[in-house]
Amino acid sequence: MITWLLEPLSHDFMVRALLVSALVGGVCGLLSCYMTLKGWALMGDAVSHAVLPGVVLAYALGLPFSLGAFVFGVGSVTAIGFVKQKSRVKEDTVIGLVFTGFFALGLVLVSKTRSNIDLTHILFGNVLGISQADIQQTLLISALVVAVLLLLRRDLLLFCFDPTHARSIGINTGLLHYVLLSVLSLAAVAGLQSVGIILVVAMLVTPGATAYLLTDRFDRMTLLAITSSVLASLLGVIISYWSDSSTAGCIVLVQTGLFLLAFLFAPRHGIFRQHPEIGA
Amino acid sequence: MRIEADQVCVDYNGRVALYDASLHLPAGSICGLVGMNGAGKSTLFKALTGFVRPSRGRIRINGQRVAQAQREQAVAYVPQSESIDCGFPVSVWDVVMMGRYGAMNLLRIPRQSDRVAVRDALERVELLELRHRPIGSLSGGQRKRAFLARAIAQRASVLLLDEPFNGVDVRTEKLMAELFLQLRRDGRTILISTHDLSHVRDFCDLVVLINKTVLAYGETSEVFTPENLALTFGGMPPNLLTGPSSAEEPEP
Repeated sequence: MITWLLEPLSHDFMVRALLVSALVGGVCGLLSCYMTLKGWALMGDAVSHAVLPGVVLAYALGLPFSLGAFVFGVGSVTAIGFVKQKSRVKEDTVIGLVFTGFFALGLVLVSKTRSNIDLTHILFGNVLGISQADIQQTLLISALVVAVLLLLRRDLLLFCFDPTHARSIGINTGLLHYVLLSVLSLAAVAGLQSVGIILVVAMLVTPGATAYLLTDRFDRMTLLAITSSVLASLLGVIISYWSDSSTAGCIVLVQTGLFLLAFLFAPRHGIFRQHPEIGA
Repeated sequence: MRIEADQVCVDYNGRVALYDASLHLPAGSICGLVGMNGAGKSTLFKALTGFVRPSRGRIRINGQRVAQAQREQAVAYVPQSESIDCGFPVSVWDVVMMGRYGAMNLLRIPRQSDRVAVRDALERVELLELRHRPIGSLSGGQRKRAFLARAIAQRASVLLLDEPFNGVDVRTEKLMAELFLQLRRDGRTILISTHDLSHVRDFCDLVVLINKTVLAYGETSEVFTPENLALTFGGMPPNLLTGPSSAEEPEP
């Protein structure tokens, strides 16, 4: 068991992969609490796909790819809001329509840009081969996301819980909406480092859902989400090392496994709960 | 005047929800807002809480514009508890503390005065012993009292209540009625949206009848005529609309 855990640490690339994926896991885990409580899983999926053209363009222009991702992430959400407001099409349809459009644009751009972008790395993550520059960028993004989420923690909680009350006491809910979306775009970029665009929505939803089953307190929920997410990232990377399989797949599978455990055995909200009375 | 609305129009993308709505409500009054579903009750509430901006007309609360009144914590909104996600991981204490956010600094760190206000509000709605419980574990009536406590903790001068008597237990109904009288004595103005006419007769000094516009408002005894009610409810005889007051619900 000890060698199982320690042997991977003798490789530099594994140490980097473990550290980066743990960091990204923690950041996405924190954000996932707001995503699950706000009911934004689909939005998270949309934004994470829509950042693709931004990432490609930023690479081609030599800009930090978080910038491109940010512009296109927020752009996609603005487009969703605009189309929803101006047409009779329902919101989930608009979301599905806009993010696939953005994603398709990204695919075309990748095939037309002469650069050394490897599409599979963006789609499925490449945490084992992460570069120094990418690590720095991930660190910066993570610091920014965590800072915003911690500073606005109570406001965002109230915004998710009861936006009408937030509005009536003079809190700018429109601004909070876009702050949360911007943070989501940034976290999606961080997340695609470790698990890629396709699976990043798992990082943004599953830890929050797992934690939600385990507690009725928001502070505890954030701690549990971060813990389960970091644990899943570390275990996932190590399992993928020993089984020589997709790192992204392993990370997300461990996360799904943790969710299933909570789903079955959570003390109050699991299927096999010991106390059937909620709040007893 | 606590609330002044003059010729207020609200439309959503060209669809008119409210037109030429005018009403003046004094400090220290309990006012029923009566109308059918879709008559514009919630639109009027949204305009008063700043959620929608009137396309025409003006609204003043304590003589100030809505945005300024919001900053001074003048307006509290008590939602229908059905509109709130009851699985949300917050305790009763947390919910009532949200009433104090506007008075706190940007990090929303409670001071002693905030804790005193929350405790006092919880005592008044008789929920102090349940303060650590998750909001979702309360009964419908207790949940309503928790949101009322939030408005009390906010020390707002205008309270907007959305269907407060829907599905509450007898104890909650009595308690709320007492609290409304206390709040009126303190000079607060309480606007209660309801389609239950018997409650209006029992609790409200004033009544506003609404059907896309304010049809009539004033003293309950003067405005609550069969003719006005027929107008409000699109010609239906009002005695058909005064059904049983509310379903009783046992406290868990």
